[in-house]
Amino acid sequence: MAEQFQEPVVEQIYTLNLGPQHPSTHGVLRVLLDLDGEFIIKADPVIGYGHRGHEKMAENRTYKQFMPNSSRMDYLSGLLYNHGFVLAVERFAGVEVPERAKYIRVICAELNRISSHLLWFGTYIMDLGGFTPFLYCFDDRENILDILDRVTGSRLTYSYCRFGGVNRDLDGEFISMTRAFIERLRSRWTDYHNLVTKNVIFIHRTRDVGVITPELARQYGVVGPNLRACGIPFDVRKSEPYEVYDRFDFVIPTGTKGDALDRYNVRLEEMEQSCRIIEQALDQLPEGPHINEVAPFKVKPPRGEIYFAFESARGLTAYYLVSDGSPYPYRCHIRVPSFGNLQVLTEVFRGTLVADAISILGSIDVVIPEIDR
Amino acid sequence: MGSEMASDWIRIIVGLIIVLAFSQLNALFLVWLERKVAGHIQLRYGPMEVGPHGILQTIADGIKLVGKELITPLSADWKLFVIAPVLVFMPVLVAFLVLPFDENLVIRDMNLGVLLIFAFSTLSVLAILAGGWAANNKYALLGAIRSVAQNVAYEIPLLLAVLSVALMTQSLRFSEIVAAQCRVWFIFLQPVAGLIFLICATAETNRAPFDIPEAESELIAGFHTEYSGMRFGLFFLAEYTNMFIVSAVATALFFGGWHGPFGFSFGLPGIVWFLLKVYILLFVIMWVRWTFPRVRFDQLMNFSWKVMLPLSLLNLIVTAAVLKFI
Repeated sequence: MAEQFQEPVVEQIYTLNLGPQHPSTHGVLRVLLDLDGEFIIKADPVIGYGHRGHEKMAENRTYKQFMPNSSRMDYLSGLLYNHGFVLAVERFAGVEVPERAKYIRVICAELNRISSHLLWFGTYIMDLGGFTPFLYCFDDRENILDILDRVTGSRLTYSYCRFGGVNRDLDGEFISMTRAFIERLRSRWTDYHNLVTKNVIFIHRTRDVGVITPELARQYGVVGPNLRACGIPFDVRKSEPYEVYDRFDFVIPTGTKGDALDRYNVRLEEMEQSCRIIEQALDQLPEGPHINEVAPFKVKPPRGEIYFAFESARGLTAYYLVSDGSPYPYRCHIRVPSFGNLQVLTEVFRGTLVADAISILGSIDVVIPEIDR
Repeated sequence: MGSEMASDWIRIIVGLIIVLAFSQLNALFLVWLERKVAGHIQLRYGPMEVGPHGILQTIADGIKLVGKELITPLSADWKLFVIAPVLVFMPVLVAFLVLPFDENLVIRDMNLGVLLIFAFSTLSVLAILAGGWAANNKYALLGAIRSVAQNVAYEIPLLLAVLSVALMTQSLRFSEIVAAQCRVWFIFLQPVAGLIFLICATAETNRAPFDIPEAESELIAGFHTEYSGMRFGLFFLAEYTNMFIVSAVATALFFGGWHGPFGFSFGLPGIVWFLLKVYILLFVIMWVRWTFPRVRFDQLMNFSWKVMLPLSLLNLIVTAAVLKFI
């Protein structure tokens, strides 16, 4: 048997192709990892597998026709994107919105934020190897989907908002369901904390893992809960209040170290704050029409441009619309939070273990279709 | 002489057939039990369709696995790749030879029975390494490397824990160790060793929270990423049979084997007590799996070398000292 002579291995570094079909890359992210043993020397995220050309599609549709697209970029917080798009266009075209509609939008948007965070909670623990909390969260999330299903008619990709209001009015059943849900969610915190937060393995897996310093966060444009976990209390709902967010009493939870545990705590606290916003909004909910009936059928913003930022579940998101006076946007650019959040990974991954890389990727909460658009 | 030889052979052959049948049926049952336990922990029912409460689900799955194509990757070392799943199952069968199900229900009551079990169960890591290496897949290789490191790290405290029991009974024969526990189980005399044994056994069988060799969220399926059909099925069955064996060994060494609690058998035969305890331990292992997240690889290593090893050594020394001076 003739054995082939093999050169002795000098370079111990090898490349691992993580994704795009890996179970924990949350969609179709591909990361090229240069590994030394299990330590990551270099990480190179490759995006674009979910590109559908939403921005280009916007140029060929009227503003109203683009509405269903808006909730399909970030499929976990579709209503927030939908809400943001409608707000941008309303501000652009100067459409009046009745008070009640504003409250309804806030209530539904915050419910959507909770559902997004709940899903993140479950999948993050699953990335760490704990399967059970995932199903507990989905049980809770199912409640939100039922509530939103009742009023919006869909469960994932919502096109609920209209220029000048919302599609359907809230009824008493919705309000009682929402209140019951908030009560139920609050009773679940003890379970979650006992199952996960106080678990010593969980703490060891997340503390001091994937630290994003405030400087790094600023350099890469990290936003949302990831930024707040570094200790920077930036939230569009507070800094540039849109809709009726300035009328509610809520705090922006922040972390101190910017590690995965901080990001976890910030998101869990944010769910509680969203509950508070919903409760206040339900208390203050005014009577009146849910849609501005005299709003123009065809939205035609004046020639010009608008940049409108709002807070999606993953952070600062913005629509940049350019109009040439026609019913079609000349250009529609969307600033997505996950893009900046993903970029920082190249820095954070360096020197960590493969197992930690999965944990960090999960803790950042990226939604790839939102980046690819 | 001749007739004794013949009866010996018959005993071995009959024993082997029983072992094969039992280990397979047991693995099928355990897979079903695991899914049921997982289901009920996760607020759902688990399998319900095939048979009453889905009891035949695993058989249906098994038939499906047998019918599947056996894919061998082109770049794989096919000889090793084919042999690894067979290799992983063989040591498991050997271990059944010395397990004391009841006072007289053991195929071969060797005077080195304990040693034999651990010697052979260590072999399965070779099969895992072979499988992970032969597949020529980076994830499989990483899983195999992790598996070897983990098994080496946890074998030592495991054996030290067993050694302290062996010191107390002055024997490596299962029947003598179990007989010594007819009044008090060793878990009460050796609680530290018992705990170390259970933790290490979980790690030995690659079960959560120590399931890093096949960490799904990191390594897809670890060492058996490239295996399909019944070759994967063999790895799977071996895992569950291994679980049964470590639970059975734990029962024999620490939980009084076929004895009832504190010498009261309540009229039940020894095998019932033995299997009852084994399945309770198995349930605990499953319960742990569906409750805890996974530990990280380096934390796992640190835990073994820095905590478990000194602790088991200390336990051994204390045991030896106590036995010497009392």
